[in-house]
Amino acid sequence: METILIPLGAGLLQAFEPLNLFMIITGCLAGLFVGCMPGLGSVNGVAILLPVTFLVPPTAAIIFLAALYYGAMYGGAISSITLGIPGASTAVATVFDGRPMAQKGKADSALMAAAIASFIGGTVSIILFTLFAPPLAAFALKFGPQEEFALMLLAFATFIGLGGDDIPKTIFSILLGLVLAAVGFDIISGQPRLIFFDMVEFQRGIGFLVLAIGVYGIGEMLWTLESTKGKVQMHNVKITWARMRSNFGQIREYINSTWVGSILGFFVGTLPAAGATPAALMSYGLAKTFSKDPDSFGKGNVAGVAAPEAANNAASTGSMLPMLTLGIPGSPTTAILLGGMIIWGLRPGPLLFTESPDFVWGLIGSLYIANVATVLLNIALIPVFIRVLAMPFTLLTPIIFVLCVLGVFATTDRMFDTWIMLIIGVTAYLLRKLNYPVAPAVLAIVLGPLAERSMRQSLISSQGDAMTFLERPISLTCVLLAVALATYPIIQKAVRNRRSRRAA
Amino acid sequence: MTVLKTLTVSALALAVSAPAAFAEWQPRKPVEFIIMAGTGGGADQIARLLQGLIEQKDLSPRPFIPMNKPGGSGAEAMRYLQDKAGDNHTLMVTLNSFYTTPIIQDELGVDITEFTPIGLMAMDTFLLWVNSDREDIIDLDSYVASVKEAGLDWKVGGTGSGQEDSILTAMMENEFGYEVTYIPFSGGGTVAKNLVGNQIDSTVNNPAEQMEFWRAGNSKPLVQFTAERMPAFPDVPTAKELGVDMEYYMQRSVNGPPGMDPEAVEWYTNLFQTLFDSEEWQAFCESDGLTCDNMLKGDELAAFHAKAAKDHADLIEAVGADKITGE
Repeated sequence: METILIPLGAGLLQAFEPLNLFMIITGCLAGLFVGCMPGLGSVNGVAILLPVTFLVPPTAAIIFLAALYYGAMYGGAISSITLGIPGASTAVATVFDGRPMAQKGKADSALMAAAIASFIGGTVSIILFTLFAPPLAAFALKFGPQEEFALMLLAFATFIGLGGDDIPKTIFSILLGLVLAAVGFDIISGQPRLIFFDMVEFQRGIGFLVLAIGVYGIGEMLWTLESTKGKVQMHNVKITWARMRSNFGQIREYINSTWVGSILGFFVGTLPAAGATPAALMSYGLAKTFSKDPDSFGKGNVAGVAAPEAANNAASTGSMLPMLTLGIPGSPTTAILLGGMIIWGLRPGPLLFTESPDFVWGLIGSLYIANVATVLLNIALIPVFIRVLAMPFTLLTPIIFVLCVLGVFATTDRMFDTWIMLIIGVTAYLLRKLNYPVAPAVLAIVLGPLAERSMRQSLISSQGDAMTFLERPISLTCVLLAVALATYPIIQKAVRNRRSRRAA
Repeated sequence: MTVLKTLTVSALALAVSAPAAFAEWQPRKPVEFIIMAGTGGGADQIARLLQGLIEQKDLSPRPFIPMNKPGGSGAEAMRYLQDKAGDNHTLMVTLNSFYTTPIIQDELGVDITEFTPIGLMAMDTFLLWVNSDREDIIDLDSYVASVKEAGLDWKVGGTGSGQEDSILTAMMENEFGYEVTYIPFSGGGTVAKNLVGNQIDSTVNNPAEQMEFWRAGNSKPLVQFTAERMPAFPDVPTAKELGVDMEYYMQRSVNGPPGMDPEAVEWYTNLFQTLFDSEEWQAFCESDGLTCDNMLKGDELAAFHAKAAKDHADLIEAVGADKITGE
């Protein structure tokens, strides 16, 4: 324990030096900006900022990168809530309830919930990391393709209830997402598949952001335009001290989902294959499944904002573990951290914890500080963020449109993807008019490739025997949990129907 | 500070070659640095080291941004580079799948001789690795015996059908007369992790991918597929010493899309020459068992690529494309 506490304490103390504090604040601000710009993407943003780290001593550089990393994680929620466009894949589940809350004039409480949940998620995760990093690194190695697939199954199962009452429509939506996810190169044989109209552009597949921005940016915009006939004026919220306090008091409504999301997020994050996006989606699904009022999810339930935000922050701290011990970055942003490490002559691997404890625990120490700094900055900036919503809808709509187009083009640098995004947007709008839920399709395009790869790897290694998923203890546990979770909402509904029938 | 440095450098360049200096080409926007493999693998580590050195030494006015495009054994990356024809701000770090993927996937529509060769940064090597828990396997003979006994239950991890490790695996199958199950993962780092976690039985990783696990005592090398023993692995025999005629290397080169401007090619070639000659790069080569004697560039590299592509076509013919793609 001493070997942890001494360098950790030193790391914490270091973070309070004036230069380092300055780096934390700059890093958080830059991260917030990078994270909340849809499509700017943390990869480009962070890579462009990497040179800054060579101007300062390595410790300050690590602190800067950690702050940037945290800032970006918080920032993703901001555009999800205020604009309805997920800034990054990790923030997509935040749109589900964050956007409806903003439309009801409760953007400030959504942002507050996102900030607090992120803070709790981050903190729980760092504490778990501090206490259990080495044994967890060994646990992560037990995760082979079979376990990864079982975990993905679990993620899909948490979403059965997501589509609302119409289960066939939900399944259709999931299948649509899976088909779109299959476009491009086959991940095992490398052959191109599902190349529509023989257009070579499809070889590169349909990116997640293209779909998410289409569905939530364009689709949602069209929907709002139609349902309000352009008359809507976004709620101009006056931020008062009393309102801030009552927003803070709301914490009781989402604290349970936040704890669950934090712990779930951390464990999912430590697995090299998973990462923050499945963690956030699973956390959302769980919060809805076990809520007393599942029907209010997707219509502006504050727990639906808190659950994914707690999980994605917890997962991003968790994903430091595979990066440090196995050299496998869990996200593009951790990959940049990895780049920084290689420059400072540090090789990730099982020996890093024993050979460079100052670095590892210094990094963890700075995560504690960065987390506190980001939550404070974030809450202080809420009045600034919600100014966006004070704009008349006639002004905001064109801005959202421009951001969608720009965001997609900036990520992939191809007009083709921009067109696809627009087509998907219109399709999503039509599906919504026909009462198809669109969230399951978004889920499927994120998890589909992960699930497909691990399933095929498992089946290759078992020579086609599907029992392999049930023969391994961790995988079996996940499969059983998935079955239980998938049937829970159905049973629950049946029970409720019977009760209401009896009452009638 | 940076501005000052750039100014000084430009002024110097101006003084040295006044007429050419006005035409001096420089990146005007961030350079996409494509890696045709997943994160944590050998190519990824190299690209990230090079990117960092460029930043640290302030060699480029615009940053290099590493991007992994591992899909379809490099097909995704090569298609991407092909679509970027004429672009002066995209470069790619290659593996040997640069040669093999277009042969195996003829409908890809990529001709590697059209790409712009910049510089050959290193020749990487391969070793055969098993988990150190396998105390029964101590050398090549005991390895072959174990594989033969296990048959198709023996799982070899790799980075994809048509990737260099799948070719080496197919070569070994032919040489020793056994058959194994080959499982493709998303990158060399993931393969290494699965070996250490006992999800697979063996792999032919590059040294850089297993180095840290080996140092930690989690995995052990059995054979190296080089002409002579590498300084980093003095106790590991080469296949040739054991009477098995197998030698295989992987090129790590930097290439641009077709039709890059000559000024840009010159600028990038000079940049990578500077990196190649740097102390840091040479030290990395030594510690990770790479050969970095002199940097091939321009026509030399183009000729090197042409010969390697032909050698690989012959190799694939010899072992059979079916064996590599597992169909």
